[in-house]
Amino acid sequence: MNRTMRYTWLAWFSVGLLLLFSEHALSQLPAGWRADLQVDAQSYTPDSAINAPAVREKVLAQGFFNLLYSSERLRLGLRYEAYFNPLLGIDPRYEGNGIPYRFVQYLGDRFDVTVGNSYEQFGSGMILRTYEERSLGFDNSLDGVRLKVRPLDGVQLTALFGKQRAFFGLGPGIIRAADLSVELHQLRWDEQPILDLPFALELGASVVSKYQPAADPLLRLPENVFAYATRLSLTTDRWNLYAEWAYKINDPQQTNNNSFNPGNGLYISTSYSEEGFGLLLAAKRIDNMDFRSDRGAIGNVLTINFLPPLTKVHTYRLFTLYPYATQPYGEFGVQGEMTFSLAHGSVLGGQYGTTVTINYARIHSIDSTKLDAFTYRSTWKPGKVLFYQDFNVEIQRTWSRQFKTTFTVVALAYNKDVIEVKTGYGTIYPLAFVLESQYKLSAHSAIRTELSHMSVRGDMGNWAFALLEYTPISNVYLTVFDEWNYGNPEPEKRYHYPSITLTYVTGGTRLAFGYAKQRAGILCVGGVCRLVPASNGFSLNLSSTL
Amino acid sequence: MIGKTIQLARIVGTVLIIVATVWGQDTASSAQLPLVTLKKLDGTPITTRELVGTESGPIVLDFWATWCKPCIQELSALADVYPEWKKLTGVRIIAISIDDARNSKKVAPFVRGRGWEFEVYLDENADLKRALNINEIPHTFVLNRHGQIVYQHKSYAPGDEELLWDAIKKAAE
Repeated sequence: MNRTMRYTWLAWFSVGLLLLFSEHALSQLPAGWRADLQVDAQSYTPDSAINAPAVREKVLAQGFFNLLYSSERLRLGLRYEAYFNPLLGIDPRYEGNGIPYRFVQYLGDRFDVTVGNSYEQFGSGMILRTYEERSLGFDNSLDGVRLKVRPLDGVQLTALFGKQRAFFGLGPGIIRAADLSVELHQLRWDEQPILDLPFALELGASVVSKYQPAADPLLRLPENVFAYATRLSLTTDRWNLYAEWAYKINDPQQTNNNSFNPGNGLYISTSYSEEGFGLLLAAKRIDNMDFRSDRGAIGNVLTINFLPPLTKVHTYRLFTLYPYATQPYGEFGVQGEMTFSLAHGSVLGGQYGTTVTINYARIHSIDSTKLDAFTYRSTWKPGKVLFYQDFNVEIQRTWSRQFKTTFTVVALAYNKDVIEVKTGYGTIYPLAFVLESQYKLSAHSAIRTELSHMSVRGDMGNWAFALLEYTPISNVYLTVFDEWNYGNPEPEKRYHYPSITLTYVTGGTRLAFGYAKQRAGILCVGGVCRLVPASNGFSLNLSSTL
Repeated sequence: MIGKTIQLARIVGTVLIIVATVWGQDTASSAQLPLVTLKKLDGTPITTRELVGTESGPIVLDFWATWCKPCIQELSALADVYPEWKKLTGVRIIAISIDDARNSKKVAPFVRGRGWEFEVYLDENADLKRALNINEIPHTFVLNRHGQIVYQHKSYAPGDEELLWDAIKKAAE
């Protein structure tokens, strides 16, 4: 670390400490200003037993600082980011620092315009979504101009152009896009509703065009790639129906092995809900929809659209060993989820009530026939290969004002070869449960525990997990857990992965210090995942909203 | 490379100095909610201004997601006390889901299946979350009768609802 870097970090930590000891920092920022910052640092000790690699810097640290100003009509913002060097698992191309995000926005009555970086989503994002997920090192914000116009109540037109962020630079492709959304039930003329609908009905359509010069000596690649999507959302008191169709012309690129097939996606979901009961059914078919503003990009870089998997997000530690990620080249998925409450005071519900959630998801391949080296024909029914299946039940019960438990059981079918792009593992069938309990000791102190087990035939075998979190006063958390791969088929690899963290929270500030031996794993947020290598070391995390 | 670092350190330093100079000023109007458009559960857009409205009771804004366990623990605890709190102070609890397209359609059945009586809105692309500089959820704010943010708290441990209740009572005065 050179001297400048050391000073930069010193400055950051002083600001952090300042925040920490000024409980009312929030009300002390000047009118209209807001800020937040986060710093994550970790030390790395090589540990060949758990495959934790040696890190030459010994300590890696990264952080960001957001500053926003907003008034009635004007909004400004910037984000400073520094990665010296990026934590393991974060793309090493982030190394460095800079201000990759800054914008000015003017808010008019019937329009607003943003110059600089913006985050935008059309429909469910099947052809365009720019967003950030800092914990994954994901940011595909669009640097350009965005205009939103609302000519009538219930009508919104969005138009934008620009290039996407890639690390501390911009990707090579240009994006031009527009979206029209019409809320038919909101349409007004002279303050009077034009249509007197007993339901909410939104119709939407969007177009995206990407330009990237092509100079391939062999292939005639389209330089302008056009995509469109249409959507419908119909909602009554209890029902919702949502459907979206997306299409993209042929877009040969690295991630689809230069396929000249067009891409398409269909997403349909319907839900019913009333007091104490909710049901959701959804289906989705994706065919060749990986869409990027750089043909050569892979991984989480320069994606234009968002294709989230149609499966439940699991956050309990052991369940995160086998997460699903959308296969953008082709998949067919269905999902159902039912939530219901057993009444307070009933035999099953107990005195304080019980909530049950049952979720099922199944994802298949789509079958296709090769027509020539660059095109194929796919079928509209689910294909023969099972990618992923998840059946899970979660029961949340309040036993008393002091004692609550959540019991979850999960049965998976996980096609490791497809999902992790490996060979020879086939499909594995993990079966796992977790019992989480929280006990309130007094008004400001509590204990939380998690006991979990996962049985897996093949792969790394069985796992057990135990966690204890003690909150002696409401600002302080002491969290200890151990993950134990006691059933590893290779007895010398039956490792423990212990972790201990002390966290202090005040207002919008959280400071955590810990030590952990961490297993390699896949961290997923939303629809995006990243690989996190195994590590052994201390970590410091500071996160604060001013 | 080093030159660039120094330059950036200078920019950040300058910004910090600006912030520091005005630190401690009387800023009664500083904490208004920024103007951002959210979605109702039926998909209809609603701005934060319409959301807060002109009513005079305190408001709790609770940022959560269907996949966030501590958020659900917090909202379940609040669901138990909400009717009483509402009666005593007129407080409105507004739960803002940051679930993205993967889960946003699940929010309505999730909430109503649990019998939660809060108002729930969707912040599908995290626009309000970003405008309020939220890094992690759960994150809770209390707005007083003038729509100013007077309290915030991130993370949840059982018992934190007591702190929130103190803040609500203070905001209702």
